[in-house]
Amino acid sequence: MSIAVPSPRHWKKPPLIKRAWLRWTLALGAALYLALAFGTTDVNWHRVWEGLPRGAQFVTAFFPPDFTSRWEEIVEGISESLWMAVVSTVIGIAISIPVGIGAARNIAPAPVYYFCRAILAVSRSFQEIILAIFFVKLFGFGPFAGFVTLSFATIGFYGKLLAEDIEDMDAGQAEAVRATGASWLQWINFGVQPQVMPRMIGLGLYRLDINFRESAVLGIVGGGGIGATLNTSFDRYEFDSAAAIVLVIIAIVMAVEYSSGYLRRWVQ
Amino acid sequence: MTIVSGGDTKIWRRRDRNVQLAIWAAWLVATAAFVFCFQLISEKTIWAFVWDAPAQAGDLAARMVPPDWGYIRQLWRPLWDTLNIATIGTLISILLAVPVAYCAARNTTPSATLVRPIALFIIVASRSINSLIWALMLVTIVGPGVFAGIIAIGLRSIGFCAKLLYEAIEEIDEAQVEAVRATGASRAQVSLFGILPQVLPAFAGISVFRWDINIRESTVLGLVGAGGIGLELNAAITQLYWTQVSLILLVIIGAVILGEWVSAKVRHAII
Repeated sequence: MSIAVPSPRHWKKPPLIKRAWLRWTLALGAALYLALAFGTTDVNWHRVWEGLPRGAQFVTAFFPPDFTSRWEEIVEGISESLWMAVVSTVIGIAISIPVGIGAARNIAPAPVYYFCRAILAVSRSFQEIILAIFFVKLFGFGPFAGFVTLSFATIGFYGKLLAEDIEDMDAGQAEAVRATGASWLQWINFGVQPQVMPRMIGLGLYRLDINFRESAVLGIVGGGGIGATLNTSFDRYEFDSAAAIVLVIIAIVMAVEYSSGYLRRWVQ
Repeated sequence: MTIVSGGDTKIWRRRDRNVQLAIWAAWLVATAAFVFCFQLISEKTIWAFVWDAPAQAGDLAARMVPPDWGYIRQLWRPLWDTLNIATIGTLISILLAVPVAYCAARNTTPSATLVRPIALFIIVASRSINSLIWALMLVTIVGPGVFAGIIAIGLRSIGFCAKLLYEAIEEIDEAQVEAVRATGASRAQVSLFGILPQVLPAFAGISVFRWDINIRESTVLGLVGAGGIGLELNAAITQLYWTQVSLILLVIIGAVILGEWVSAKVRHAII
């Protein structure tokens, strides 16, 4: 009497990429790229080694950071960043509402749609810092240039999300308002706006949060805010002041993030 | 939605009175804050420069065309450096983000009271400091160059990757983990065969998404000396070679659009 013993089989984890040739090509390509990249990246290890004590010095500067000797500059820079964030969020959203409505396929005629989409694409394709360099050239040093930069960047972000939200709305409700004989403005105000409003308030607060983060670096290129103070303290090797500024930025970013998260939950 | 009855006619109102008042109050506060902030900015602005800006913009635009196409030969190397900063930086951040995410996710953390808060703090600290600030610090520490840029991108991206990854880990199907555990698997085996396959697609998507963002960010790191095409941009601007500036801007847009396209394709293939 014999029992049929199944031949021992080995289980193997199924791979993420199923097609074998694709998997191998990708792996080979990645290896080749990495070899090239590491081969051509020249790192001055001597300089890195020399810098390590300075890095240690920077880390020790956090214990304790020096808030006092540059306190006035810190307060001024931070408050400038905050004003810039608030004003640019308001202006940016105010401009992005008509642009966003125009960029929604379901309510805008084709020429308006393409024009508004073009505005959004231009606004989104540049980094804030690059925009800031040019606006500083045009408007002079100071928070005004930073405010224009952030407003411009806000249009692209907010307008695109608004347009997508309008495109996703329930057409039935808007249709119902239109059927009562509402004018175009009434239609937008009572048929479209209530559907997108809760999400848009949340996104506005989120953008405020982003604008503050960005405003902290615009100062590096002269756009006002805390970045200029930070840049100066690094240039002077005042690591303890720099540590203080970094900590203040982290604290405010966290505060803004939590309060905007709280407000968003409260609104929705 | 309420109906107000005035006499014998009924009038439809969208909101009742208290809600309407609260909304008005919110508008009032917001407007006051806006006017106040704008006033403060206005005080620090030289308005003559602002009124002059359109003329300046026209002048600048005229100087920027046509782009200096011949200059492209000198741009390939910085562009390659930028790509390397973004890619190697993303790789570093992924390697570091995996353990952080593992410690931060509620269902995998070794200790919810001790390790989890530390992991969450790492995530918040990394996320709230812009990559330019990281670059600024690292340039003073390790010296200017590509290396500072790579580390800056790496440190900056840890928070982003770890946050999305730990959220993905928290959303996994526990039944599969339970099933693997029921076979008598060790903790490491449970992670490897129960959790990893579930988060791997999300993980790949996150990495590519962050890589795309990093391409964008690494184009400007050169402004503070951290290598890449930003160095050329800075040099061209300070030397007022506007025809080179416009070419660099075109190259940057091209790189960003290409990065976005690749990342969209890859994510589409994965998901």
